[in-house]
Amino acid sequence: MNKKDVKVVSTPLPHREGQGGGSTLFDKIWDKHVVQKVEDGPTQLYIDRLYCHEVTSPQAFDGMRARGLKCFRPEKIFCMPDHNTPTHDQDKPIEDPVSKAQVDALERNAKEFGLTHYGMMSKDNGIIHVVGPEKGLSLPGMTIVCGDSHTSTHGAMGAVAFGIGTSEVEMVLASQCILQQKPKSMRITINGQLGRGVTAKDVALYLMAQLTTSGATGYFVEYAGDVVRNLSMEGRLTLCNLSIEMGARGGFIAPDETTIDYIKGREYAPKGDEWDKAVAYWKTLKSDDDAVFDKELVFNAADIEPRITYGTNPGMGIGIASPIPSEGVGLGFQKALDYMGFKPGQRLLGTKVDYVFLGACTNGRIEDFRAFASIVKDRQKASDVVAWLVPGSWAVDRQIREEGLDKVLEAAGFQIRQPGCSACLAMNDDKIPAGKLAVSTSNRNFEGRQGPGARTILASPMVAAAAAVTGVITDPRELL
Amino acid sequence: MKQKFNIITSTCVPLPLENVDTDQIIPARFLKATTREESFFGDNLFRDWRYNADGSLNKNFVLNDPIYSGCILVAGKNFGSGSSREHAAWAIAGYGFRVVISSFFADIHKNNELNNFVLPVVVPEPFLQELFDSIKANPGTEVEVDLPKQTVTNKATGHSEHFDINGYKKHCLMNGLDDIDFLVQNQNKTEDWEHGNKVC
Repeated sequence: MNKKDVKVVSTPLPHREGQGGGSTLFDKIWDKHVVQKVEDGPTQLYIDRLYCHEVTSPQAFDGMRARGLKCFRPEKIFCMPDHNTPTHDQDKPIEDPVSKAQVDALERNAKEFGLTHYGMMSKDNGIIHVVGPEKGLSLPGMTIVCGDSHTSTHGAMGAVAFGIGTSEVEMVLASQCILQQKPKSMRITINGQLGRGVTAKDVALYLMAQLTTSGATGYFVEYAGDVVRNLSMEGRLTLCNLSIEMGARGGFIAPDETTIDYIKGREYAPKGDEWDKAVAYWKTLKSDDDAVFDKELVFNAADIEPRITYGTNPGMGIGIASPIPSEGVGLGFQKALDYMGFKPGQRLLGTKVDYVFLGACTNGRIEDFRAFASIVKDRQKASDVVAWLVPGSWAVDRQIREEGLDKVLEAAGFQIRQPGCSACLAMNDDKIPAGKLAVSTSNRNFEGRQGPGARTILASPMVAAAAAVTGVITDPRELL
Repeated sequence: MKQKFNIITSTCVPLPLENVDTDQIIPARFLKATTREESFFGDNLFRDWRYNADGSLNKNFVLNDPIYSGCILVAGKNFGSGSSREHAAWAIAGYGFRVVISSFFADIHKNNELNNFVLPVVVPEPFLQELFDSIKANPGTEVEVDLPKQTVTNKATGHSEHFDINGYKKHCLMNGLDDIDFLVQNQNKTEDWEHGNKVC
């Protein structure tokens, strides 16, 4: 586009014109990153961090070559394969030639454009949304994007993080900026204290069922309240990860001592004087007391139980002991139940399970493995259940072994696989066979998501562990 | 790809389902391509609804019903939810759709359509229902999408609605332009921003 075609107004625009009150944290981070506002158009937003994985980036790099462009700020861009990586024998070439070509293309592109690349079997490799926070690459106050809808995960660090398409990846490669409409802001407050056996995953599944998969579309969500404050970083990463499943562009949590403690000492965390300055800045990152949100929702922890899904979108969920609704709204309820082989009003406790998947950017962190191990300790995997336990990164794998969790899991009949996205979307060989029922700690139960014809129940690591040792849908609180 | 947009009049393909996610639009196993061949993605649009498990055509799916055709897809609310995969927009464009009409789109997918010169048209729920009814009564029902005037018209009933699109993106679509040239030409502004801000 030629400059003369587009008018640019003075920058940055004052936010929320016509509304009184203070600023939300979302406003503060977003507005700080506004390079300019295109008249009657989007905002040119500066991006602090771009992550690239192998699936949504090759066409963006092709576009760069076709236009003869170089990366504008290569030092802000980090690449790693995760979707196609096998979860065994990673030291050998990938057997699937198409997967191999995509993984190889990322390595080649990163080299050609001068970008940091954590290849398969590198000690730094893992799922991009697990690796970013654990290396200290995702920091409070940043804008972070990736060609992946679960980029919302990094919001747990107090960052504005959101998923983008491949054309938008190319925008950031070329200019370190993106053109975006500013989303509206929503605050979701969860008061009270979570009960035994209730985790961040259950909170997210509860929110999705309350809001539906489109209830937060058009919004950026700030999570607040006692429940959120008391979550560990791992729990916060799980909660923010699932923001997109309510339709939100992203979700985040204002940084606090938990955030700062987590970041300190990590490889890319600021050091020395820079650390002190950064911490002082991060402590300013909160919504003003009189901030005005476009929408406010408040929930009570006492209403949240261990949860499962019963349908083919993540909003179709219930408390683990509750019946499937007798009738659903919308044009997909019966289609979903037909696909899952369930009936309206049916209770799922005691339903036979074929597969259990622990992992993904949702629940592939150390705390998830601890939770799983706490249930299966001194028990045995049900003989007719196939269980895939996939750490989110090599760093998680190392910590599992340091803490001796591998011994607990192995004694209970489980093996730990090698890191990657794995059965979450089944781009590698980890496919749930058609018709089989899987309890998965991942993020989507869409038709065919875990393999053509696969039937997915989304749940927490505890619910997954309870299913793995009993062979049926079981309330994990009975095993605590 | 960069087709200039103006007024489109076409029959429609109806997909009266809600929450159609991008995993259905293009399943993950078709995301392994490293190039942007629209015909490949178009051939696999709605793959698992379009074909039976044995590879035969699912004659009950609307894309396989010869009475429906045209370059306008009409879908239930919350179209394109889930994964950010732009491959979904490539598949829609590759199949030959130029417009998707729904009462509600997921954010990322909506942007992806716009970045691929597919126009997402948001209409009120009653208009969408009426359109589904018109198409059911007469599959030959035509719809006119007038981008310059920002109107969408059900020619069977004459019912017309205004639709929103920002002026910048409208200009891009009508002139076959995209965002990357704009951003590259504005790199001096980006550098100014970097000088004025402590970069993380």
